Amino acid sequence: MAEPFAITLDVGSSLANRTGAWRTERPVYVDRLPPCNEACPAGENVQRWLYHAEEGAYEPAWRQLMEENPLPAVTGRVCYHPCETACNRGQLDEAVGISAVERFLGDQAIEHGWRVAAAAPSSGKRILVCGSGPSGLSAAYHLRRRGHAVTVREAAALPGGMMRYGIPAYRLPRDVLQAEIDRILALGVELQLGRTVTDVPAAMTAEGFDAVFLAVGAQIGRNAYIPAGDTAHVLDALSMLRSTADERPPLLGRRVVVYGGGNTAMDAARTARRLGATDAVVVYRRTRDRMPAQDAEVEEATAEGVRMKWLATVARADAGKLLLERMVLDERGFPQPTGEFEELLADALVLALGQEADLSLLQGVTDVTVAEGVVQVGPDMATGHPGVFAGGDMVSGERTATVAVGHGKRAARTIDAWLRGAAPAAAPPPPLAVFSLLNPWYYADAPKTVRPELDLVRRQSTFDEVVGGLDESNALFEARRCLSCGNCFECDNCFGVCPDNAVRKLGPGLRYQFDYDYCKGCGICVEECPCGAIVMEPERI
Amino acid sequence: MLQQIEGSRAVAEMVALCRPEVVCAYPISPQTHIIEALGAKVKRGDLAPCEFINVESEFAAMSVAIGASATGARVYTATASQGLLFMIEAVYNAAGLGLPVVMTLANRAIGAPINIWNDHSDAMAARDTGWVQLFAETNQEAADLHAQAFRLAEAVSLPVMVCMDGFILTHAIERVDLPSQEQVDAFLPGYRPRQLLDPAEPVSIGAMVGPEAFTEVRYLAHVRQLEALERIPEIAAEFCGHFGRCSGGLLRPYRLDGAELVVVALGSVLGTIKDTVDALRDEGARVGVLGITTFRPFPAEAVRAALADVRRVVVVEKAFSIGHGGVLTADVAGTVSDRAVPVATVVAGLGGRPITRASLRPVFQAAAAGRLEPLTFLDLDREVVERELARMASRHRSGPTAENVLRDLGAAGSKIL
Amino acid sequence: MTSPPSADPPASREGVKFYQVGSFAAGNRLLDPALRTVQADERRANSLTSGHRACQGCGEALGARYTLDAVMRATGGQMVAVNATGCLEVFSTPFPETSWRVPWLHSLFGNAPAVATGVAAALRAQGRTDVRVVAQAGDGGTVDIGFGCLSGMFERNDDVLFVCYDNEAYMNTGVQRSSATPPAARTATTEAVGPQPGNPFGQGKNLPLLAIAHDIPYVATATVADLHDLEAKVERAMAVRGARYLHVLVPCPLGWGSAPRDTVRLARLAKETGLFPVLEAEHGEVVRVSRIRHRQPVEEYLRPQGRYAHLFTASGAPARPDLIGGLQRIADRNVRRFGLLDGGDDEDQGRGSGDRAPAGADPAGASPRSPTGAG
Repeated sequence: MAEPFAITLDVGSSLANRTGAWRTERPVYVDRLPPCNEACPAGENVQRWLYHAEEGAYEPAWRQLMEENPLPAVTGRVCYHPCETACNRGQLDEAVGISAVERFLGDQAIEHGWRVAAAAPSSGKRILVCGSGPSGLSAAYHLRRRGHAVTVREAAALPGGMMRYGIPAYRLPRDVLQAEIDRILALGVELQLGRTVTDVPAAMTAEGFDAVFLAVGAQIGRNAYIPAGDTAHVLDALSMLRSTADERPPLLGRRVVVYGGGNTAMDAARTARRLGATDAVVVYRRTRDRMPAQDAEVEEATAEGVRMKWLATVARADAGKLLLERMVLDERGFPQPTGEFEELLADALVLALGQEADLSLLQGVTDVTVAEGVVQVGPDMATGHPGVFAGGDMVSGERTATVAVGHGKRAARTIDAWLRGAAPAAAPPPPLAVFSLLNPWYYADAPKTVRPELDLVRRQSTFDEVVGGLDESNALFEARRCLSCGNCFECDNCFGVCPDNAVRKLGPGLRYQFDYDYCKGCGICVEECPCGAIVMEPERI
Repeated sequence: MLQQIEGSRAVAEMVALCRPEVVCAYPISPQTHIIEALGAKVKRGDLAPCEFINVESEFAAMSVAIGASATGARVYTATASQGLLFMIEAVYNAAGLGLPVVMTLANRAIGAPINIWNDHSDAMAARDTGWVQLFAETNQEAADLHAQAFRLAEAVSLPVMVCMDGFILTHAIERVDLPSQEQVDAFLPGYRPRQLLDPAEPVSIGAMVGPEAFTEVRYLAHVRQLEALERIPEIAAEFCGHFGRCSGGLLRPYRLDGAELVVVALGSVLGTIKDTVDALRDEGARVGVLGITTFRPFPAEAVRAALADVRRVVVVEKAFSIGHGGVLTADVAGTVSDRAVPVATVVAGLGGRPITRASLRPVFQAAAAGRLEPLTFLDLDREVVERELARMASRHRSGPTAENVLRDLGAAGSKIL
Repeated sequence: MTSPPSADPPASREGVKFYQVGSFAAGNRLLDPALRTVQADERRANSLTSGHRACQGCGEALGARYTLDAVMRATGGQMVAVNATGCLEVFSTPFPETSWRVPWLHSLFGNAPAVATGVAAALRAQGRTDVRVVAQAGDGGTVDIGFGCLSGMFERNDDVLFVCYDNEAYMNTGVQRSSATPPAARTATTEAVGPQPGNPFGQGKNLPLLAIAHDIPYVATATVADLHDLEAKVERAMAVRGARYLHVLVPCPLGWGSAPRDTVRLARLAKETGLFPVLEAEHGEVVRVSRIRHRQPVEEYLRPQGRYAHLFTASGAPARPDLIGGLQRIADRNVRRFGLLDGGDDEDQGRGSGDRAPAGADPAGASPRSPTGAG
């Protein structure tokens, strides 16, 4: 057509007009640190493994998880999941059931026999790990994957440490534990059972280990002086749990009193119930809100019939009965005796007053500082002695399996770098994806009809093994509740909302790219990104 | 085929033979009979495929025409007077976009005071819109010009307005020779648009053009009008060949041989003028007539040639530029401005006032004798206006002059008729 | 020639329960491609392409691309567009460049509906009824100067989808008041001075209700904040013949005095406050409304906009509670009138926008007022 000059124009010719020149700020894609990741003691990249799980890609999800944590089936059961406490979704409706999905992935791996390989070629270095608890196993796994030869020495007859001897089987079935340990050993980690390390320097010099990771835990139950009659039946919670684990359960009688307020106290009381106690009472000096035990543990114990006796100390133990003294809290919240006493019938008194580490193996190791009963280490888990590292319950920190797994990983990273003569690569963490950066409008509301389902998920993540894990459909459901805070999940919103068509879609998994030739810098993409994965940066002149 | 037929009906028949695909119109006297006839044809199915759109205003009528034309349809509409003014924004737009819309203008006066009768004020108001404006002298020519208008519009991609005097032509029953469909089809090929809204070949029509190119766009529109000036005689000649009857073209000279005085005019008044001139010729006066068929583009060269040997010119106009004078006069004067040829304006027939030989004859005689004022209002009632002027001089009085005049006239109708 | 991705009708969006993104984002890698929006498709038509000269964050540019791309999909690319004079026309087609990739015609400010009628008539006469006609204009070209032609087009039931991109004033000429300007809003011709600053209460024209009063086959309102909703309405509109009207709220950073980045957010707030009811009507009756998901007080919508700055103190506290209250009453009335809060959150959580039949709304008997229901 002989189109009229100027009045009629060829389509799309405005591409010649590069409106990007208008811009004073430019949008940039970023990956922020999701709060779940930040909160995870094991340093899991929760958002990233959920991203795979959302697609139903469970094996890739599990492999992503295994980059940080070799014991997902364990932690998926026993972890107190601070990730869920931190989860931004909790501000919308309820936190994502991360722990339940982790457990589902761990179980899937066991069921399907998924394995990981030692990623790096052999380094020729040998490392001794003392203790086969979560910390030792985690360190062994990560060191082995980095190409080092690892020997794990365990004093007990079976590996697992507190996972085996502290956590009751109803919370952590032993076949699950064994399967995850076996998978670590299958990497080529040498396990020596029934061997106690007593001389660390000798191990390094005589046996030629290049480094040692100490992870012997805190195995000694803390005692308190309680006047007791000769016939009083008093035992400590750790021994009780240990002998139960060894299938030599103690005889406790029908009325059992547990003294203490931590998670071990709950484990002991619940175990007592399972061992036949008709009446299990937890006696604690302070009040519920000051109790160190996790809320969920307390709730479940209560649900199982465990009674709580607040503001009381055990003043004396006799056969068949205890004398309790009532306490009051002073203005600083400390319990103070009142001089008022009462009797409580009890066939056994279980002391759950905390654990202490046996640090005798440190004799002869120079430059290791011990304070308040634990070994002092930095964030890199190094002691003051070159080549000696420590983690788990024997160092300061929260005494949980997940924290221990994290210690093991951090130690492995440090040891690896130290052996290679390099500084550990410690990239500064990206800025946190806080809730205010999200645009929650885009996330659908959880409807009433699925709230019971959510509650179920909550329980499944914490209830005992009788309830069972997630099936695939609700694992997928739960994974998809993830908001993917601070990390693009390819919702196409930026691509859709740009008034200048200045976002290029690169295809599945490849995310997007800004076309700065046309982007005018309006920032709608930033405002409308559901997960806060775009920032505006001043344009360079 | 010869028929005794009303002018409007004759035009409707010819338009129908031109196979328009979209006809849209808003009723306004004296255009109504044209669109009524076309509406009936479409409704009966005699004119298929064709869409007849009853729009809500003249503005919409021209807008519908614009849309349909840009989509490649042959489009027709008709209007008059106030209707043309109401659509004028779109009239400009159709020309600016180069859309070959054909529109009949049933010439009528413009209010206030409201007046439904004939003059050329409406056509003159659209003089600068960029449309081609053709004036019909007879109903036969009115019909014929429509076939030529479609040919021309589509050839040069410009809209064409066929002006025919309201009532005098639109409502007059005369003998008209209407061609057959085959004849018209042979003369007027299907419409091949210069630009088109088409999903298969998308373009953006109607861009905003700034100072950097607006002059060029306007210059090119002018060149296109000049191209039309070339094409009009060709098409008229071709029409003669096809139909054995001549009409259209740029000018209609009449008895110019040896004429010293030439009377120039547009439209149906040429008949009365010719009769008057015939009588004067019989008496030995050297008088001729030049009918302007193509008013826009203005055929200046052809007019110059036609008036080459003339000593005086009188332009009889059914409109005038208030505060100035004749509109056509200015165009005609431009063609003889290099010679000392006086060009006088006779404003006549405003608002439908009859133009009679009796009134014209003395004016032409005065002109021939060199006694005609440059601007004459034919049959102006001097007594009425003098009285009103005197009254205005005596006291300030608001309100329309027209009402005072009418009051003075008393039985107003008797003077008009 | 741009070829649209698909002319298939969209699969049902009901029952999509991806809480990560619901169905509110443009796409989502987890969603069946058929359930994603046209805008999520890298093969979308981009009817309005890059390089146009709209301001940063222009809601109208967004609305126009959303709408025409959806029309392109619905018609398999067989469409032509008619455009009224206004921002959209000016920023898209300044010689020598056009941003359109669809056949497009601009004639005048007030005649787009009639031009579209002509296009539709020509296509019908040519037997090309597969090609569909869309006309588009701003609120001035629709509610004011174009209303005569629009009403005529409606009344004749011409086969045209007319889309009004409503930014509530004459933005192209420098933010003057139109009859779609809401009460209390400052414009260049309703300055924020005097005892009743901004646009007066009790004026304005509610064009969606006027369109409904024409008994045309389909009328809908939408915003640029809910793509799924907007596109579903375009799909429904293109599934029927005759005169159809789509009124899209498109925030204007320039005229509203808002941050360019807030364009979509403000459109969302307009709906979530109840000031802009999102609804659908068929043959003169309201058949569905989009439920408010998270109702907000009007203050949340007003405060970020410079055109309402005179209603607040510098710290954002209400300075004119009487006027804010007046606007809140308009929102409340809309909520009551159209049942914008009816139904619980256990309904419709899939599509999320909560399409439902309204509760006893009888707009035919209601007095026409501004789109925000002034009056």
